[in-house]
Amino acid sequence: MKIGIVGIGHGKFGNRSDATVQELAFEPFKQAIEDTENLRRKDINALIVGSVPEYHMQRSLPGVVAEYVGMNPKSTWLTEAACASGSAAIRTAYMAIKSGMHDIVAVIGVQKMRELSTQEILALMGRVGDVQWESIFGTTFPGYYALYANRHMYQFGTTKEQIAQVAVKNHYYGSLNPNAYFQKEVTMEKILGSDDVAYPLKVFDCCANADGAACILMTNEKLAKKFTDTPIWFEGLGSASAQMSVLRRPNLVEIPSAVEAAKQAYAQVGVKPSDIQVAEVHDCFTIAEIMAYEDLGFCSKGKGGKFIEEKQSYIGGKSPVNVDGGLKAKGHPVGATGVSMTIEIVKQLRGDAGKRQVTGAEIGLTHNVGGIGQYTFVHILRR
Amino acid sequence: MPFKYFGKINFTPYTKVDKFADYLQKGKLMGTHCKKCGEKYFPPRADCIKCLSDDVKWIEYSGRGTLHSYTKINAAPKGFDDIAPYILGVVDLEEGGRLISWIGDIPDDDIKIGMEIKVVPRIFEEIEEIKLYYTIEKP
Repeated sequence: MKIGIVGIGHGKFGNRSDATVQELAFEPFKQAIEDTENLRRKDINALIVGSVPEYHMQRSLPGVVAEYVGMNPKSTWLTEAACASGSAAIRTAYMAIKSGMHDIVAVIGVQKMRELSTQEILALMGRVGDVQWESIFGTTFPGYYALYANRHMYQFGTTKEQIAQVAVKNHYYGSLNPNAYFQKEVTMEKILGSDDVAYPLKVFDCCANADGAACILMTNEKLAKKFTDTPIWFEGLGSASAQMSVLRRPNLVEIPSAVEAAKQAYAQVGVKPSDIQVAEVHDCFTIAEIMAYEDLGFCSKGKGGKFIEEKQSYIGGKSPVNVDGGLKAKGHPVGATGVSMTIEIVKQLRGDAGKRQVTGAEIGLTHNVGGIGQYTFVHILRR
Repeated sequence: MPFKYFGKINFTPYTKVDKFADYLQKGKLMGTHCKKCGEKYFPPRADCIKCLSDDVKWIEYSGRGTLHSYTKINAAPKGFDDIAPYILGVVDLEEGGRLISWIGDIPDDDIKIGMEIKVVPRIFEEIEEIKLYYTIEKP
């Protein structure tokens, strides 16, 4: 039995100092119910929250979210896989429905990052590396991706300009997305002229910490038609892990969990990378999108720089990627990101993506990476 | 020498490989070696990933290696802002395994991926409490 999405809701991402975390969660939850035909809140059997708990002052998030959106006494719990927590929640919802335990499940990805200072967040995120052998030297999240970037440049001749082109593209598409944090185009000069965060990565190579929430409603094939004429189906769900420590990774030019998760998802659906018509990938840093092209097989290993240079990841290219602006322009409210990616693919496959529509898209993919590659979820969706 | 003395800020004071800090204070860079299957570990582990044996012995590493990658951290996390900016290097050790640490006395322009380097055990002189670490230097 197929499992799919019958309702979507997406809040505004950015500096949301106007709302608490549960108030943020309410916005897309309400939208998602209204997006269906006749699905009532009481039809929902469980609420799964995707979020990273460390960033909030509120402890034990599902409790406060379930209460605020009026889901008590239904079942609720949290999934955590760092920046891939949203996709982990979706995978859990898929299992719950597939097993027959629940028929209709709401997934809310939500994060309020701005309750902490940037320095505190840098310290917390730096500890997504191995704290025993790495964090003691002051590693940071951008620092880890900078290590990948330098090695990629050394091994494959990838240039800073090629890497920066990812930001040019994603800010261009972000300018077409009213839910994005940044809705302005950015020039190559501005990117290359911005301050260093962790050499060679500059301010404009990094996504921004943001607040935000997104929600999808999932159910089985039997019930889906009751709630929508255009259900979007999960056809492949790849999931894999990789070493916590970069010191034990086979190399620093790919995310091995992404390669493995993609392999699983393609095999489950029986498609090739070139069959994917639109993709949402985890561009927490510009270099991450370049590695994603390669890890997903959109181009061969080491050719990611050339791929963006040739505009192959724009609409009209071989594999349109992050045409909603990606993490780069939307902002990265950690737990919400995987759900947000999924919503963009749903819009694309429904034909509802407006100015950023990939014409006739029938098959799409999400690639959500947790931490510095410890977890990756690759989902393939079809109309 | 408790493990809490390893690092500018230590997050893991208790570990089964706490002897690492003793050796480091004596100027030795030590990894572990699985007595059952022979797998070598740097950073050291108390338990073998490969064969699940928990019987390991200490082996000394030469500290020689090559620079695998590096970055200059400008935006530093809490507790490291006083030493920023600093350059972090990842080293492929000659005997296998890797470490990450600060690049010491090498001018920025001389830092090249693939260059030969030597890891040098050190004690923070400017901090009152004992703080052990190592830096990446020219051989």
